[in-house]
Amino acid sequence: MTVKSENVKLFTEKAELVSAVVSEVSSLAEAYQYTIDLCGKKEACKLLVSGCEEGLSDKADALCETKIGKTIAAPSLNKKQFSALEKQCVDNGFQLLKDGLRKHLGGIDIGFTFADHGIAETGTIVLNSRSEELRIATMISEVHVAVLPKSKIVADSYALESYMEECMRKADYTAFITGPSRTADIERVLAIGVHGPLELHILLLEDK
Amino acid sequence: MQDAKSFKEYKGQVREALGDEFLRTAMDNFAIAYRTSRANAFKDIDDKALIKDIADAKACSTANMDELYAQFKEEAEKNGAVVHLAADAQEANEIIARIAKDENCTKIVKSKSMTAEETLLNHHLEAENLEVVETDLGEWIIQLRDEGPSHMVMPAIHLSRHQVSDTFTDATGKKQDADIQKLVKVARRELRQKFTEADMGVSGCNFAIAETGTIGIVTNEGNARLVTTLPRVHVALMGLDKLTPKLHDALRVLRALPRNATGQAITSYVTWITGTNECAVAEGDKKKVHFVFLDNGRRALAKDPMFSQVLQCVRCGACANVCPVYRMVGGHKMGHIYIGAIGLILTYFFHGTDKAKNLVQNCINCGACKEICAGGIDLPGLIKEIHARIQDEEGHPLSSALLGKMMKNRKLFHKFLRIAKYAQKPVAGNDGFLRHLPMIFAPDHDFRSLPVVAEVPFRDMWPKVKPVKIADPKYKVAIFSGCVQDFVYPEQSVATVESMRGKGVELEYPMDQSCCGLPLQMMGEKVAGRDVAIQNMEAFEKSDCEYILTMCASCASHLKHNYPKMLGHDPKYAIRVQEFADKVIDYSSFMNDVVGIDEDDFRQTKGEKVTYHAPCHLCRGLDVKAAPRELMVKAGLEYVECAEEEVCCGFGGTYSVKFPKISEQLLSKKMDNVEATRADVLLTDCPGCVMQLRGGANKNGLDLEVKHVAELIAERRK
Repeated sequence: MTVKSENVKLFTEKAELVSAVVSEVSSLAEAYQYTIDLCGKKEACKLLVSGCEEGLSDKADALCETKIGKTIAAPSLNKKQFSALEKQCVDNGFQLLKDGLRKHLGGIDIGFTFADHGIAETGTIVLNSRSEELRIATMISEVHVAVLPKSKIVADSYALESYMEECMRKADYTAFITGPSRTADIERVLAIGVHGPLELHILLLEDK
Repeated sequence: MQDAKSFKEYKGQVREALGDEFLRTAMDNFAIAYRTSRANAFKDIDDKALIKDIADAKACSTANMDELYAQFKEEAEKNGAVVHLAADAQEANEIIARIAKDENCTKIVKSKSMTAEETLLNHHLEAENLEVVETDLGEWIIQLRDEGPSHMVMPAIHLSRHQVSDTFTDATGKKQDADIQKLVKVARRELRQKFTEADMGVSGCNFAIAETGTIGIVTNEGNARLVTTLPRVHVALMGLDKLTPKLHDALRVLRALPRNATGQAITSYVTWITGTNECAVAEGDKKKVHFVFLDNGRRALAKDPMFSQVLQCVRCGACANVCPVYRMVGGHKMGHIYIGAIGLILTYFFHGTDKAKNLVQNCINCGACKEICAGGIDLPGLIKEIHARIQDEEGHPLSSALLGKMMKNRKLFHKFLRIAKYAQKPVAGNDGFLRHLPMIFAPDHDFRSLPVVAEVPFRDMWPKVKPVKIADPKYKVAIFSGCVQDFVYPEQSVATVESMRGKGVELEYPMDQSCCGLPLQMMGEKVAGRDVAIQNMEAFEKSDCEYILTMCASCASHLKHNYPKMLGHDPKYAIRVQEFADKVIDYSSFMNDVVGIDEDDFRQTKGEKVTYHAPCHLCRGLDVKAAPRELMVKAGLEYVECAEEEVCCGFGGTYSVKFPKISEQLLSKKMDNVEATRADVLLTDCPGCVMQLRGGANKNGLDLEVKHVAELIAERRK
């Protein structure tokens, strides 16, 4: 697939409009490094997940206690990729998870994923999440880091019709994700991160 | 949730809502911000064309509802889901409760579903000893407060941060700040804990794609993703109107839905689910998935030639966002469960005449909702139709029936107006306003001064003001004055005649014309309205005019659009009424676009500083936007744009008689905006608006003249 620079430009502009952080990386190694740096910086002094500092009911508070240490989940990495990232995590004292995310519903710091497509018109990433672990990683993480190859960015959602229809021939769970989780339900004031990630980082990968 | 027993009780509730300062400010801010964000969101899209495509596709789905359901069921079940069809709300609730029992579920997390609100699902499940927690932030807040939604997309828009903070203090047992960001985080943690222990998730659905048996869910918070992922059982409840043949149809609606709802290009999440997916806590690692479709009258509605379009609604809530009445009174007074213009209609079909009969009267017919409806539904038209149906079912109120009887007979009606001239004598002031109102109106109607009936109606002046016949006219025009310009403001009609002097316009005034019939439609008097339409059509058929000119925007849009709707299906009238309607034109368009009057036709002196009020039935009803503004500039007037120029002035004909308090508030807002322009004259294209605006200016002691555009054009002519 070829990279259409106008799609990349529009994608970046539209994703940034909805508070996604868009960066370019030239290799997977660079994407790992980005993720490690981000995890290191994330609320450096505290290991809590967001909201745990507020006055909570006892049950909700107890769930906060389940989180220990900084955690990254990367369910869709293959063995080789996983060991590469895991080595860096160990060096930094982070935990890297591939599965068993249901044991971490209290929250994890970063979910690391590969997006299947990007939609330029709306700055949306498309993530086929048939794997339950992958799905959960993108929902319970405080920060979602998605690697998106530039060649996978299409102009609009119509351009993905045949891809999606192919997915939908059997049991399937496909997500359009545009920016972090948001709400305006109280006095129409925008608040980020009501249920899902508080930050969405999209790493545009230079196609080789 | 609006459930007043009588019209009087309903009006009392409306009055109470008008006094809610927080609500009023919140609604005002929202209405103004929404307009800008919607415009930005549609900047690069032809919204009219998109809406037409959506409406056509939805109409097609509606016509094939049963086939689509069969196809969806077959495809979804191939992939392991179980598909149910519930005939009514009770059955849907029972199906869902039974699924919970069969699957041994006790704790349910729910993401937003208007359909579940429609069936009052939570009450049913709770009565079956099941715990149900709403996880959409707004829905959770109103669930904790035991309230209904006040907006389809923002269910808790009526509440302040302080109220939410109190509610959360009760829910958590810890004192909460009134800091929105913190409150949102509290909800995140409290609800996350609920997710961890839930065994069943109930969601709504925005699209049900028949070709693959896939559902699509549109959300911002991401709670629907958790609801459909973490528990071992997933139940999606949806109306049959969500069925659509292909993914493409869903993607098309998705282009308009978030843009229309909140001004977003797309929501944070759109989730597409097909069949049974992986679920580690379920038997055999496969989630149990049930899709429950709700009929509840939808299949019958789909076969109704007039109302099937109701099923084109995509639940964006935009009809509430732009409704001037919703803005005044909020969702709890503007809907039973479904809110806004579509809510008034759906209440009748889903929750019955009793819940709908008061609500359907609270539409001012400004057309703001119709203009932006993503499903292309004629909302105000259908609301009037339901009002008429309810009156036919339950009997017509005396006042409305009398009006119908009188107006059907032009001579009797005009005689009444002539008598009014004498009857008003004791209260008529010298300034053209009634000094005080006859007792039947007072005191709610005292917010504006009402005009006196003119000494001589325009029809009697006609022989004198009629222009001399010209040999070779360029345009043959017949005037339709409407009642107000005939009997109250004949000077506006005279000015119209004057303003086209020397431009080759041959004018006539067919004497058999009567009221256009719009007030009858507003009152639900359909039969009388139709009779009047035929009389008017026949009155103008005697003339060989090319144009039927009317200076009243409301008359013009009624003649042009509603006459063909009323008579067009009758073969006796179909062609005739279309010919009649095609000739109808408003004053500004005629002068600016047809006659093509230009700068040279006007005096070269500097004109007054003017501002403009765009009548609803001109800017939306006839889609005339540029003509009056260009005309004012050509005439050498210093035109200053007014804020919210296209928002209703609150007149609405008989509406202002029924809901004077709402009319008053709309007028007061309009007056504030006009005053801020510091213009000397306020111009508009409708005598009804002139009546309302002049009455407001007079009552508020503003140093402001209010005139019909024609009056100033006539004055400025060379």
